[in-house]
Order: sequence, then C-alpha cells, then structure tokens
Amino acid sequence: MTLPTFNYMEVVYLIATALFILSLKWMSAPTTARRGVWAGEVGMLLAIVGTLFEKGIIDYHWIFIALVLGTIIGVPLGRVAMTAVPQRTALSHAFGACCVTLVGTAEFYLRSPNVPKFMMAVLCLEVILGGLTFTGSLMAAGKLQEVLPQRPITYKGQNLVNLALLAVAIVVGIVLILHPEHKNLFPAMVGIALVFGVLLIIPIGGADMPTVISLLNSYAGLSAAAMGFVLNSKLLIVAGALDGSSGFILSVIMCKAMNRSFANVIFGAFGQVQAAAAAGGEAKTVRSATAEEAAAILGAASSVVIVPGYGMAVAQAQHKVRELFDVLTKKGVDVRFGIHPVAGRMPGHMNVLLAEADIPYDRLKEMDDVNSDLPQTDVALIIGANDVTNPAARTDTSSPIYGMPIIDVDKARTVMVIKRSMNPGFAGIDNPLYYLDQTLMLFGDAKAFVGDIVRELSGSGGH
Amino acid sequence: MSGDVLINSLFVFMLAGFIGFEVIRRVSPLLHTPLMSLTNALDAIAVVGAIVLVGEGKSKLATILGTIAVVAATSNIVSGFYITDRMLKMFKTTRPQKP
Repeated sequence: MTLPTFNYMEVVYLIATALFILSLKWMSAPTTARRGVWAGEVGMLLAIVGTLFEKGIIDYHWIFIALVLGTIIGVPLGRVAMTAVPQRTALSHAFGACCVTLVGTAEFYLRSPNVPKFMMAVLCLEVILGGLTFTGSLMAAGKLQEVLPQRPITYKGQNLVNLALLAVAIVVGIVLILHPEHKNLFPAMVGIALVFGVLLIIPIGGADMPTVISLLNSYAGLSAAAMGFVLNSKLLIVAGALDGSSGFILSVIMCKAMNRSFANVIFGAFGQVQAAAAAGGEAKTVRSATAEEAAAILGAASSVVIVPGYGMAVAQAQHKVRELFDVLTKKGVDVRFGIHPVAGRMPGHMNVLLAEADIPYDRLKEMDDVNSDLPQTDVALIIGANDVTNPAARTDTSSPIYGMPIIDVDKARTVMVIKRSMNPGFAGIDNPLYYLDQTLMLFGDAKAFVGDIVRELSGSGGH
Repeated sequence: MSGDVLINSLFVFMLAGFIGFEVIRRVSPLLHTPLMSLTNALDAIAVVGAIVLVGEGKSKLATILGTIAVVAATSNIVSGFYITDRMLKMFKTTRPQKP
C-alpha cells in the first residue's frame, strides 16, 4: 500500500476554510473580534497565493492588473466615514454578486453546449441570484446614499409584475437546463435577473433597509456557494454557506424586531401604507422645553437611558452625545444607551456610530436589557428615533406597527424627545409618546440641541 | 459533474450551513455591522475562481469577465477587512479587559 497522494492546493484550502470558521467564531465577542479579522486575512492570503501557483494558470498579466486595480478601489471604500457604512456594505454586496455573476457567465460560455443538467441548474441559480443581488444592492446603496429617492416607489400590480419577471427568468433557466446549446437564452436570463433586482428594491423604504441589506447579504452568500458547486471548490461552498447563513440570521433578527415577515418586507411597501394611515390625526397638545430646562432635569437625574435612532446619524450628533455622556457621567449620573435592533439603516449601525464616538461598549444595552430597567429610570432621552419608541406598537391594534417590540421609554419617569418639529417621521406614523404628561419635546437639530445641553451642564457644573 | 462530486458538495454545504448558523447565532448584536463586513470580505474568496478563469485564458470573453470579477472581489477583500478592523478598533470598554 502506498501513501495517498493529493493536490497540495487542497491542503491550503483546507487550512483557509478552518481559518474562516475560526474568524467568525472569534467575531462573537469584542475582546476576540480583532483576532477574527486576522484569521480571516491569513486564510484569504493563503488561498489567493496558493491559487496563483495553480498549474493551469499560464498568464499572470491581467491577474496582477486586476488585483492592483481592486486594491486601489478597495482602500478608499475601506476608509469611508462610519455614517456611510450602510451604503458601503450594500455596494460591497453588489461587487460580490457582480464577481459571481461574471464568473458564472464565463463558465457557461466555456462549457456550453456540453453542460450536464445539474451543473446548468446550479449555474442558473448562481447567475439569477447573483444578477438580482447585483442590481438590487446597487439600488439599495443608491437609496442609502440618497442618490435615489428613499421613499418607496409603488404602482398598481407591482408585485404581479415582479413575480411574473422572476417566473420568466426561471422558465428560461429550465429551458437552458434541458437545452444548454441555446446560448442566446443565457444573456436574456441574466438580463431579466438584473431588471428584477431593480424592481425588487424600488418599493422598499429607508426604514426597511436593515432587513433588505441582510437579505441581500444572504443572497450574495448563496450565489457564491452555487459558484462553489460549479467550480467544485469546497472552500467557496463553505464561505458562501457561512455568508448565506449569516445574512439569513440577521434578516430573521431584523424581521422579528419589526414583527414582520420576509414577504411583508419585500412586497409590503411599508412607508406608503402608513403615510395614508397617518393623514387623519387630530391636534393634541405637547409640552416643550428649552436646553436649560432639559439640562437641569438631566443633571438632577440619577439614571438616564439614551435611545438613539437614524436621526442621530443624519445630524452627525454622535460626538456631541459622547460629550453629554461624559459630562453626565462626571456628575455621577448612570448613563446607558438603549439600542433597538432596527435602529439605523443596517444591523448594529448605532453601536458602530457610538463606538466611533468613544462611548464604551458596555454602556450599549440591548432592547430587552434596557426595557427591564426603564421603570426605575429617571430620564429617557430619545435622539432621532421614532417608531422604535412608539407605545402604539403595544396598545393600538389599528397601528401599522402594532406588535413590533419597542423600547418602553414611556415607562421612564421623564421622557425627553429631541426632534426637529412635530412632523411625523419618515414612516409617517403619529407617536402618542409625544402627548404623554411626562414627555418634554426638545425642538431643534439633534447636534445643536445636545451641544446646548452640554454647555448648560458644564457651565453650571460643580454643585 | 458526477453524482459523487455533487453529493460531496452538498455534504460540505449542509455542514457549513449548520456551523455558520451555530457560530453566527452567538455573535453579539453589538457587532452585527462588523460581522456583515467581515462575512462580505470572506465571501470574496470567490476571487480564486475568477483568478483561475483569467489565468487559464481559455477564451477572450473569459479573460475579460474574469478580470472584472477579480477587480470587484479584490476591492471587497481589501475594503471589507480594512473597515472591519477599523470598526473593531473603536469598541472600547470602561471595565478592565479580562485576559
């Protein structure tokens, strides 16, 4: 008996696969997460360098040009401001899907007409998923960057058109599986997938972006896994499956946090419906307060919970919020942050912004933790968040957000809301929180108003 | 693609799916944004397929599409790891870190 011989590349890929799994495992806690990035980088480097020595490769010319070009594009994308992370993420989903779709297309033309049925089916899956993720993610990035309108764009029969398009793409795919010699059908299928991706994202509003980005993340992973099947690369299958399951888990978390189903997010056109529902509100009275009054209440409190939302990111107020955190902490006030899972435009968005502003992460609390503390909390301060604090989600069965888990800020002794005006927020739902007896409205720009409060607090300091 | 290869691939896919599910379920919501940029960078391992496609140079189309694919994937690798590390560096705690 002789020792088995094997391709050394498979060993390199095996090590890279192990490093990828460890990378995600170490990602679970902030103390080990940077080690996770390191493991991922080493695995990636091993795999790429190993591949460059692959026997079949005869021409390095274009490979190196592409690697250099990719690095030149990648570095500035890695340096974007933290507020731009959601659109960067959407853009990178688009790039990933673009790569997979192009490789799938090239593989088809190299192999056609001798494509086994199963191989063709996986190829179809790869390019349909890849194509719709590519344009869908570009659309999402455009909406997040506000190049495209954030409001959902809807028309009659929209869902029917979308489903019909997807059905046509699948039928073309089936024809190709049976007759892979019809080369002309392939670009048609890719084209339909690209159009479908655009139409799929058009009706989705900004507030639904956390779910949509997670879903696109999942699709990008699955299309990469399909590519792994086509190329018979176990490493790629594993990486795609990990990415796919990650995106899937995040989508489920986001959907649960909004008490909605996938189908409802994709086909629901949320913002539109609510804008109509909010039209019939009657005039109610609110109490407003100045920065001076707000500072006095905050300074006298022993515990404060700050609830940030997308408005804080828009106003770039996170650094002022850190100053507020510092001055209150110095006065002995216990300040924590209540982070709703869908606050912001992508999963974990608020945590990154607050960490960037140097707020220690042990002060950032999840919704359930903070909710059990809120009845004993003196002040809940809401900065740029709306729907995630709306008590109608608990009480009003007719509200579009009924059943959505919220941060129970109305249970705090005093509620303060920093808001530009009484205009209903992006989603257009009226918030009964603003009319409660213990609620004070602080009208103004989040950054400027928090700055004023900080000035009052540090000016009157030392009592 | 023979039946054996297919079954092998499906086994790998299934096991990786379960591992992914169990590992990622444990990731703190605190780190969901860096998690997404990290998985994105790892997913760009698709670059190895594109590199082989370009390097083998079997057809002009394959070289062109492959080159664009390598550019797209490389930019994901570079920006994904870079921004993930930038984000993680920002997470600090007030408590002394456990060894």
